[in-house]
Amino acid sequence: MNAAGAVGPAAVAAQVAAVVAGAPLLAGLMRQVRARLEGRAGPGIAQPWRDLRKLMRKEPITPVGTGPAFRTAPLLLVASTAVVAALMPLASTATPAGVRSDLILVVALLALGTVALALAGLDTGTAFGGMGASREMTVAALVEPTILLAVFALSIPAGSTNLAAIVSGGIHDSARLASPAGLLATAALAVAVLAETGRLPVDNPATHLELTMVHEAMVLEYAGPDLALVELGAHMRLTVLLGLLASLAAPWGIATTASAAAVALGLVLFAVKVALLGAALAAAEVFWAKLRLFRIPELLAGSFLLALLAVTASYFLTGE
Amino acid sequence: MNDAVYTQLLDLACGAFLLAAVVVLWLRQLASIVRVFALQGVALAAVAALLGTYDRRWEVLAVATGIGVLRAGLLPLLMRRALTALAPAPGHPYEEDVSEARETEPLVNVAASLLSAALLTLLAYAVARPLVELNPTPATRALPVGLAVVLIGFFTLVTRRRALAQVVGFLLLDNGITATAFLAASGVPLIVELGVSFDVLLAVLVLRILTTRMRAAFGGTGLDDMRELSDR
Repeated sequence: MNAAGAVGPAAVAAQVAAVVAGAPLLAGLMRQVRARLEGRAGPGIAQPWRDLRKLMRKEPITPVGTGPAFRTAPLLLVASTAVVAALMPLASTATPAGVRSDLILVVALLALGTVALALAGLDTGTAFGGMGASREMTVAALVEPTILLAVFALSIPAGSTNLAAIVSGGIHDSARLASPAGLLATAALAVAVLAETGRLPVDNPATHLELTMVHEAMVLEYAGPDLALVELGAHMRLTVLLGLLASLAAPWGIATTASAAAVALGLVLFAVKVALLGAALAAAEVFWAKLRLFRIPELLAGSFLLALLAVTASYFLTGE
Repeated sequence: MNDAVYTQLLDLACGAFLLAAVVVLWLRQLASIVRVFALQGVALAAVAALLGTYDRRWEVLAVATGIGVLRAGLLPLLMRRALTALAPAPGHPYEEDVSEARETEPLVNVAASLLSAALLTLLAYAVARPLVELNPTPATRALPVGLAVVLIGFFTLVTRRRALAQVVGFLLLDNGITATAFLAASGVPLIVELGVSFDVLLAVLVLRILTTRMRAAFGGTGLDDMRELSDR
């Protein structure tokens, strides 16, 4: 009993540690896959960690005239994402935090990070910061309802908005995942994750071109350790959201009991699933072009519609 | 085929049917719209075939085959021919008239029409509620899907400018009506189905000829430019 009681908190700690340590590696893996497909040698998957170490050693500098919004945003971003990583059933559903892993709370925490960064972009008072913040808010306003609706569609068969309950329901009744509602919700969630993490059809993470960047424009004024935190936060968001997608669409292997071996297996499978998803995304990005900014609302309205159809399908077709 | 598998497959086919209608609203390239319409025909044939297999009524299977051939094969083929007839002659790559191959500016922009499609789907569900409650089987539960496709087809018909996009809207409407008939009453009698199918085929043939003539007479198929009758 005592040993089982200790596994739960250990699983939460392991999830957070895996996300923090693994997120830069995931970003490195994606860049490496992309480089290889483009015929370049690539810097290796540990390069983001080396970048972070270099930035951490630099002297912290903040622009003149910036206030607390600018200074606290990187910390808020990393902290809120770490809390999300602790709450979500990434490796195990039987954690003490799993009881509180409510869908609305998770989306609110993710939105908190977005808003903190947008405020920081406004706080610098530069043209690019304001432009990036305004664009980020346009995208976020369309993405948050889509994520909510898509996960809500998956929550109807489970009868609860608790993510742990949804995931364990998916493990026990896998026919639920292949239903029209499940497939539509997964598709909508995939588009929403791309937009939320600023990946290619919505935002190009590799560019610093003034007219097209969204995320980069907001963080243009950051330097040194603050920039390191912002980058780490962005990598962590990507990992957490891909993990959410993997847990909801392919929940097999996630531990449902509080045993150490199951949690370890769940962690390994989580890493494998996220790495596979990331590699597939990076490979797909080679073939995609960035959408025009004015076409993005179309894409997001489409994914919102998919999520809404998923909700109606799971509510009406199953006819509970 | 046991009940659970049947319900699952029927739901999947109905989901694909509705999704195809939505994707038609989402796309701009007329060639891709025609391809998606063909996929919708496949989904409709699958719905009919599933109902026929489940009820062991073999004439429904024959109707399903007919629907598949007509709506997934013949009608898309005719529309593709009309598209190539509209395209400029090859050999002038720099004079390509792109505006004819795309729905450049629908009356309602794409994001708004997607949101309208969401509203129309909800409306269809609300309207079909009393019908579903009469006899809740898996097939009647999917009835709102047919009504939603009827509404979305009508919306496409009203808001698109190109003649071919409007033809697709008309055919979506017809697909929706057929699906509603199948889901509500396991199909109409064979003779009625045949009549409707020939009607649709004839309509598409006539519209195709009309499109070519319009193009020859006015140099475009944008229906908004034609406000008055001209006497030449």
